[in-house]
Amino acid sequence: MTYWDKEKECMQRKQLEALQFRRLKETVYRVYAFVPAYKEKFDQAGIKPDDINNLEDLKKLPFTTKSDLRDNYPFNLFAVPMSDVIRIHSSSGTTGKPTVVGYTRKDLDTWSELMARALTSAGADRYSVIQNAYGYGLFTGGLGVHYGAEKLGASVIPSSGGNTKRQVMLMQDFGTSVLTCTPSYALFMAEVMEEMGVKPEELKLSAGIFGAEPWSEDMRNKIEEALQIKAYDIYGLSEIIGPGVAIECEYKNGLHIAEDHFLVEIIDPVTEEVLPYGTQGELVITTLTKEALPMIRYRTRDLTTLNIEPCNCGRTHVRMQKVLGRSDDMVIIRGVNVFPSMVESVLLKIRGVSPYYLLVVDRKGNLDFLEVHVEVSEEIFSDEVRKLEELGALITKELESALGISVKVRLVEPKSIARSEGKAKRVIDKRTI
Amino acid sequence: MAKQISVFLENKAGRLSNVTRVLGNARINIRALSIADTSDFGILRIIVSDPVKAYEILKEAGFTVSETQVIAVRVPDSPGGLADILEQMAAENLNIEYLYAFLGNAGKDALVIFKVEDIEKAEMVFKKKEIKFIDENQLYSM
Repeated sequence: MTYWDKEKECMQRKQLEALQFRRLKETVYRVYAFVPAYKEKFDQAGIKPDDINNLEDLKKLPFTTKSDLRDNYPFNLFAVPMSDVIRIHSSSGTTGKPTVVGYTRKDLDTWSELMARALTSAGADRYSVIQNAYGYGLFTGGLGVHYGAEKLGASVIPSSGGNTKRQVMLMQDFGTSVLTCTPSYALFMAEVMEEMGVKPEELKLSAGIFGAEPWSEDMRNKIEEALQIKAYDIYGLSEIIGPGVAIECEYKNGLHIAEDHFLVEIIDPVTEEVLPYGTQGELVITTLTKEALPMIRYRTRDLTTLNIEPCNCGRTHVRMQKVLGRSDDMVIIRGVNVFPSMVESVLLKIRGVSPYYLLVVDRKGNLDFLEVHVEVSEEIFSDEVRKLEELGALITKELESALGISVKVRLVEPKSIARSEGKAKRVIDKRTI
Repeated sequence: MAKQISVFLENKAGRLSNVTRVLGNARINIRALSIADTSDFGILRIIVSDPVKAYEILKEAGFTVSETQVIAVRVPDSPGGLADILEQMAAENLNIEYLYAFLGNAGKDALVIFKVEDIEKAEMVFKKKEIKFIDENQLYSM
């Protein structure tokens, strides 16, 4: 078993908890002293840093949400002067103002360490040629992976997203062994490779580290088969640090969260009550070492469960289950929660259906209405209307039984659903509420 | 036997014109066509002057295409002409999936394109009953 930092990754739980508590205490003092918005929240809740005397006391602290970041746009949650901030990243801000995050030099070191850990966990080393096809720019995916891969000592190809034919050419010519990008982009690359007549066996590709959007086990199987690689899930969010918060090990049975840097809880998203290990709920993260933008009990909106059972890989850090969906991606249709990943799972089990789909939610009268657009593949296309209608009916039946609501399936032409080179857009919500 | 090209078409403005333009630009002539449609999608079925090339260029242009074997039958262009043939086919239990008329004609006869369940049996029946059908190379150049 290879680790990047065995001492930290395999630390005894007791020791780890002592480290976490010390770092939590420091963080709480720092935000109270340097971030007025936190001081105000603590005061409102009647909490002083001195009230935090063990890890259990964490639950006395108020939550932080995305809207706190927006309210303090752009830099008001920073706990250091701007002269100490050496990097700024930002979300795309599709819903309102973007969220802005900052890093000190030490923060970037931490992040690179975590990414190097993650890459090692997925089998990469300094001999790897890592093609990083996450978008470079304000999005944390590109630079986050890049610095980690350099720290690891691998050869990095900063190909960024887009220009897919060239991506394939680079893989061929530069002997890429590890691909990093979003899972939907990996699948698109496989499709383009096939069109170009490039077989996966001709490549040196052996692993892929995919994240930044929820993806199902079936999607993993599809990618592993199409590219002939091992596909690992990586988790992160810019508000916390970016990619590298959690990573799968070779057992691919949950993602180890870097607990020496992050304190995690699962809460009931409605009652905000803290839930025990093994119960599904919303992941809440407190940063333990972040300098520029410490986060206290940040509500990630990601739904998962935590598994504290020891892992065969020897790492002691708690594992989070593959994220089923971000509550942002979730659409509520007639009171039923629907995640795009559920639709994806169903489609991937039906022969001849491509994993490209789009959920269109609309309201007719007072009734919500879900239409799922599914691409017809060359393989399944039949000259007979009846066969296509049967396919449509089969998809409808499977979706309805998986989702528990009625669904209208619409077969659309291949490649008519936009391919993403970054995060895939799976839902169009036309409802005006 | 003849090759028919089938194209999947979403019910979206401009799709049919796209297909025909792609064919036109490649100097491929459409000899017969029919469209099967549902509320969501349609299937365009065509007999063209060069089915191999048509298949390739449509695929290249991003359409979902398939090739289907059909038979072009000479039908007397007079009242009851088609009925006579259909009756003979029914008598032999030949199932027809669909049929449509050819644009041109062959002398005194009309041409009808048949898609049948069992094409070999159909050919045998036609030969036995002396129902005339057209060889594929002849069909594409008509």
